[in-house]
Amino acid sequence: YFILQRGYCFTSAYMQKTCMLVCVRMSTILVEFTKVAADPSIVNLGQGLPDICPPSYVKEELAKAAAVDRLNQYTRGFGHPSLVKALSQVYERVCGRKIDPLTDILVTVGGYGSLFSTIQALIEEGDEQLLHSNNACFVFIYFSKKNGGNPASSADWVLDPAELASKFNSKTKAIILNTPHNPIGKVFTREELQVIADLCIKHDTLCISDEVYEWLVYKGNKHIKIATLPGMWERTITIGSAGKTYSVTGWKLGWSIGPQNLIKHLQVVHQNTLYTCPTPLQEALAQALWVDYKRMDDPDCYFYSLPRELESKRDRMAQLLQEVGLRPVVPEGGYFMIVDVSTLNVDLSDVDENQPYDYKFVRWMISSKKLSAIPLSAFCGPETKRQFEKYIRFCFIKVSLNMDDIANNWVVR
Amino acid sequence: MSRPVQARRLEGVDKNIWVEFVKLAATYSTVNLGQGFPDFPPPEFLKEAFSRAVSGEKHMLHQYTRAFGHPPLVKILAQLFGKLLGRDLDPMTNVMVTVGAYQALFCCFQAFIDEGDEVIIIEPFFDCYEPMVKMAGGTPVYVPLRPKAPKEGKLMSSADWQLDPAELASKFSEQTKAIVLNSPNNPLGKVFSRGELELIADLCVKHDALCISDEVYEWLVYDGKEHIRIASLPGMWDRTVIIGSAGKTFNVTGWKVGWTVGPNRLLQHLRTMHQNSVYHCATAAQDAVAQGFQREFEHYGKPDSYFVQLPRELQQKRDQLVQSLVAVGMKPIIPEGTYFLVADISEFKSEVPDVPNSDEPYDSRFAKWMVKNKGLAAIPLSAFYCGAHKNNYNSFIRFCFAKDATLKAADDILQKWKLEKAAP
Repeated sequence: YFILQRGYCFTSAYMQKTCMLVCVRMSTILVEFTKVAADPSIVNLGQGLPDICPPSYVKEELAKAAAVDRLNQYTRGFGHPSLVKALSQVYERVCGRKIDPLTDILVTVGGYGSLFSTIQALIEEGDEQLLHSNNACFVFIYFSKKNGGNPASSADWVLDPAELASKFNSKTKAIILNTPHNPIGKVFTREELQVIADLCIKHDTLCISDEVYEWLVYKGNKHIKIATLPGMWERTITIGSAGKTYSVTGWKLGWSIGPQNLIKHLQVVHQNTLYTCPTPLQEALAQALWVDYKRMDDPDCYFYSLPRELESKRDRMAQLLQEVGLRPVVPEGGYFMIVDVSTLNVDLSDVDENQPYDYKFVRWMISSKKLSAIPLSAFCGPETKRQFEKYIRFCFIKVSLNMDDIANNWVVR
Repeated sequence: MSRPVQARRLEGVDKNIWVEFVKLAATYSTVNLGQGFPDFPPPEFLKEAFSRAVSGEKHMLHQYTRAFGHPPLVKILAQLFGKLLGRDLDPMTNVMVTVGAYQALFCCFQAFIDEGDEVIIIEPFFDCYEPMVKMAGGTPVYVPLRPKAPKEGKLMSSADWQLDPAELASKFSEQTKAIVLNSPNNPLGKVFSRGELELIADLCVKHDALCISDEVYEWLVYDGKEHIRIASLPGMWDRTVIIGSAGKTFNVTGWKVGWTVGPNRLLQHLRTMHQNSVYHCATAAQDAVAQGFQREFEHYGKPDSYFVQLPRELQQKRDQLVQSLVAVGMKPIIPEGTYFLVADISEFKSEVPDVPNSDEPYDSRFAKWMVKNKGLAAIPLSAFYCGAHKNNYNSFIRFCFAKDATLKAADDILQKWKLEKAAP
């Protein structure tokens, strides 16, 4: 999928990390569902935030950092020195190339902040475009189901290469890639990435690669960085997130990594938007990264132990959902799972006709099962709502107790 | 790529004075009174609050909180500012938390300024206003504070720098969307008087302009002066966004917690901008700041209130620095507020000669010379003027006195310098 438009609508929709992007006001939809989910009697399995504990050394490093006076004051704008150094080391190892901590990295307020800085830096408003007079245009591409039918795994969702190629033209500025993908959980294969890379090179297009869930890949899958494919480093910004790496979404620290000639523009945006990110958090993150960098050959490294933990949660949630008669689409990565609810054939025809089925289903599930999730069509434009209205999104980075409520609440009520 | 890879909105906003001077100060071993941050610790009660937030039982404080502001923080901000403004504030709609006051400013310009809109900026100004207005597509319109000669034998005060009412009025036009007010003012330390605020307010009302009121130094006022909030003047609440900063309030610049307070009709647009740029702010620091404010709310006006103690402490440091600067031959302008002090260095043209027709303003050359030769860093005042006006007031430098050990070290340098000057 692509995005070429200035900040506003795109980032709002993109926050939901979906492949379907439109100029839709997301806020009202989410406000409704997150407000409902705030009710303590409802088990919130929709919103993407962990209720598991972050690793203790991560919390300890933050406490240690805050005790140092100097670390409660401003640090280097583009990224705290010890943090950018740690990031460069980790990613040099992953990418197999030299990464300059001062010129090739920008630390941002979450992966979200990286997306924003990247779009503001590199995407032109008023570009010569087709659909809107003042804005660059969106071009969407949708996942289709491999071989039609009912997908059982996120691998069954694919991009049609011919359709993808048809969307590229001389005006195409960038493609946004999200792998592992939210919400579907797809982990793009090397072959799939190569198709995208070939098109980027052919059309001289940038690639904005949102890889916040990079460590959360499950058995049989490998996360591949498109920036490591030939010809891609110089045209790719890769985005990462402390929140997703260490289960600390409330730290709101992310980073953009790429070639100096692109990152320097993100740095200009950053110095004119928030200037610098919080210091103690950056120092703590640096220390945590060193701990795990040193054990990157060790299975106990958090980069590997977290996905192991989540894989069993994924499997448990899929099982529970199947037991109550739903059809989960088992994700290859990430911590979301989309679920086909049409299998239950809950008759909601007496409820408001204009609402997509998944909205109605989630509301029904909240009131009758005290469980909440997010309707997938919330993230779709009018053309595609009907295609996706039988899916809802669950989040499984949750303590077992909460997940078990899927079974408990369903049976009892 | 044949066309430029970067967006046009980045034109003219890529230079940044801080990047240059911070690098310079780091290159030479310097006593750094340049950049504005304290070298002493935040208050104990705040450090403890952060420690509780991070290591305590509530591990969910490491996860996302409410996007527009952590509930305990917006609640206490609404209470405190409600009391200060004499108004009932709704924490959900009249307050929004940002990543430092810097991001609050960014949201304001992005939310309210369009192509062709004019924004009045009072010089000297905190340098980010100009590029932010430009990035939003707006046109900055500058109006200077002009120094009046002080009384015979007295040092100049920041109060002696004033707006010319006719000149200010002439800057307002059909295109004027907003004026940026910064009181207490960085870099001068000026605390705008009620009369001066009324002047600005009348023009805002007359021209239906917004007021973006940067009040980050609101608690740092000296000599018994009062910080008056322009939003409390008649006709102003509905057109003003007040910006505040935990960094400046509690000496935790590295926490990057700021906020906006204002009417819902304005804040709704800030929320839109916020949710499309960073969406959430970090949770733990917000929780700690909320507890800090709770404590201050309970101690408000009492002698052990941090808001009473901090300005008292800083006033002493101000006076100390003033003495040392006078001794070495600089002419400090006594600031009424903030932790900045501007000093006139025109006396030093004998030691550091002016270069006529130079591109670089005198104060910038002097500041660099001082870093390299005296090991003391300060910021040239010309950094706080637009390009066209950089040479209007180019014989001043700005010091930050929110310092403990650094101030003592600076004092040593200044004493030594004074002796060197006296020696034949």
